[in-house]
Amino acid sequence: MTSMTHNLMVTLLCGSLLVPSAATWAQPPTSLTDGARLYGRWCAACHDPGPGHPGTQALEALYQGRVSAVLAQREGLDVAFVTATVRSGRSVMPSFRRTELSDTELRALAQWLALRPGG
Amino acid sequence: MNTNRPHRRPTDRRAVAQALQRFEVIVGHEWVLTQDDDLASYRDPYSVIWGEPGEVRPLAVVAPSNVEQVQEIVRTAARHGVPLYTISTGKNLGYGGAAPNHPGCVVLDLKRMNRIIEVDDKRNFCIVEPGVSYFDLYEHLQARGLRLMLDLPSNAMGGPVGNSLDHGVGYSAAAYRDHFGNHCGMEVVLPDGELMRTGMGAVPGAKTWGEFKYGFGPYVDGLFSQGNYGVVTKMGFWLMPQPEHFLSTQVSVPAYQDIVPLVDTINYLEDSGLVAFARYGSPLEIPRVQTAPSDPEMLALMAQPGGGAPEAWEAYARKKQQPFWTVTLNFYGPKPTVEANWAYARQRLSEIAGARFRDVESIAFPLTPESLAKARSLVSLGVPNLSAFALGSRSQFNDRPSDGHIWFAPVIPRSGQALIEAHRVFQQAFAEIGFPARIGPYSGPRTWMYRAFVFVMDFNTSRSDVVQNQRVRQAFEYLLKTASDHGYAEYRAAPLYQDKVADSYAFNHHALRRFHERLKDAIDPRGILSPGRGGIWPAHLRGGQP
Repeated sequence: MTSMTHNLMVTLLCGSLLVPSAATWAQPPTSLTDGARLYGRWCAACHDPGPGHPGTQALEALYQGRVSAVLAQREGLDVAFVTATVRSGRSVMPSFRRTELSDTELRALAQWLALRPGG
Repeated sequence: MNTNRPHRRPTDRRAVAQALQRFEVIVGHEWVLTQDDDLASYRDPYSVIWGEPGEVRPLAVVAPSNVEQVQEIVRTAARHGVPLYTISTGKNLGYGGAAPNHPGCVVLDLKRMNRIIEVDDKRNFCIVEPGVSYFDLYEHLQARGLRLMLDLPSNAMGGPVGNSLDHGVGYSAAAYRDHFGNHCGMEVVLPDGELMRTGMGAVPGAKTWGEFKYGFGPYVDGLFSQGNYGVVTKMGFWLMPQPEHFLSTQVSVPAYQDIVPLVDTINYLEDSGLVAFARYGSPLEIPRVQTAPSDPEMLALMAQPGGGAPEAWEAYARKKQQPFWTVTLNFYGPKPTVEANWAYARQRLSEIAGARFRDVESIAFPLTPESLAKARSLVSLGVPNLSAFALGSRSQFNDRPSDGHIWFAPVIPRSGQALIEAHRVFQQAFAEIGFPARIGPYSGPRTWMYRAFVFVMDFNTSRSDVVQNQRVRQAFEYLLKTASDHGYAEYRAAPLYQDKVADSYAFNHHALRRFHERLKDAIDPRGILSPGRGGIWPAHLRGGQP
């Protein structure tokens, strides 16, 4: 297990807000911090580094090292591309509805992936 | 087969418009969805009829946040004659997703109803709403330090309510794997908008909703699973106390026929409470996540019509010095107890000539980051994850990823002889239609349902290859017929196949379906709730026999 997944598990075990409760995730996001929180809530289980993450496994095979297969380490992600992929799905990744991720939340998530420090 | 073909009668558009106006008053404009891009996310992403005329899509969506809104929506729908199709988390992937059975429906999306009402780690139960996912519930337990373990399906985006209502299953101890069987009491909005509670929940000021499931009088909860007699808005579930220890072990046996004594012995161990979970497998089966290229000789065997004969596979196993079968045995409990149970299991299973044994992992609870980092099967530890989505996805050894899958899931008797018979029947079916076999003599049964085997197989689906989907549908329908002809039937199916699966339950001229229909006509005479779910259609959409 890589350090990022490891950190997520530590967070889960410690009950931190990286993966927020049902009550907190419904709050409207206002910043890139919310994008990080939403990534942990909706994307990390498939797209974090290491074994057991089929999204990362698929992107490793697709990109063959040309770009990072780990979504949160990928450079040049486009907000519109992320938004469209989340809403329509791709390969075995299903679509996600507005009742799961509101438009505001999805925008925050896509902006975090596109604009996060170091991204 | 005696298919009850439904009429695809359109819903009156003016009535829909009037209902939607009222829905906006009830839930707010934001939560009535009618735009194409919103409705697209309610298509079944794993549909095997994607983009073809038979793909069923909803007319609109309404998403309430509480039970009072659900009641008002149902009353409004009944007033205008607009059918609703209810979803919980909408992630029933492989069995239909969020898409309805009937094209004239407004989806009633309960995802926003995501409250965890009560969790008790002394009496070991919870009561939750339909929008709560397994990830949500796990996080709730962790954040509060509650000493409980969840029995999880492989897709933790789903939730206890929706999963159990579709007879979903998990991977921990026998008492917890059948999620519907393990529920305790529910709250239901009936087709006229009335609110009902079952079990002890029906008692005003109920103190034991989550503990005693029967209450008094006829037990009606089953009507609301795989059916359409009400909208379930809360459910109680029994939970497993967090064990002190998890022990995972593996038994291997050399010969194909060894499956007979292997199953007999493990049935005894499991039904005696000595083994929590048995996962049958074989080294002859290509694993879900390949870590090495497949042996060409193995691929050649698989490519034979029907997937190859048992004798040929046995010869291959001998040549490669591999066992034919493996079974992973999981134990939960105090460490000395699980180790003693494993010692006894080894003693009993040693009666099979050539049986070998090994310890896989031994993990103490509470889990630590270090133990989680090394764990082989998070789902067995009650930790939600999505690793099962590797099935069909792109990998180093799969450059033709699928866009999803549908499950064919017949129930077969829990014996080795029955498994061998199922191999023969379904391999022959694949050979007869010339479709690449999705199983072989190495395919093991699933023990989710505790007292029966599910002989599940998956079929890849595509969102771009219509011809592939058509071939899959032909194969799937042939297997349905084959199963029915041999006294098997499926326990669960996507809406596209629910009528045909319901037809398999045909004893005495479909007495069961006719009873379901009589109930439907009495409880929901206007056919407002989820028409077609479970193969149950309201009178005005019932097409009669072909």
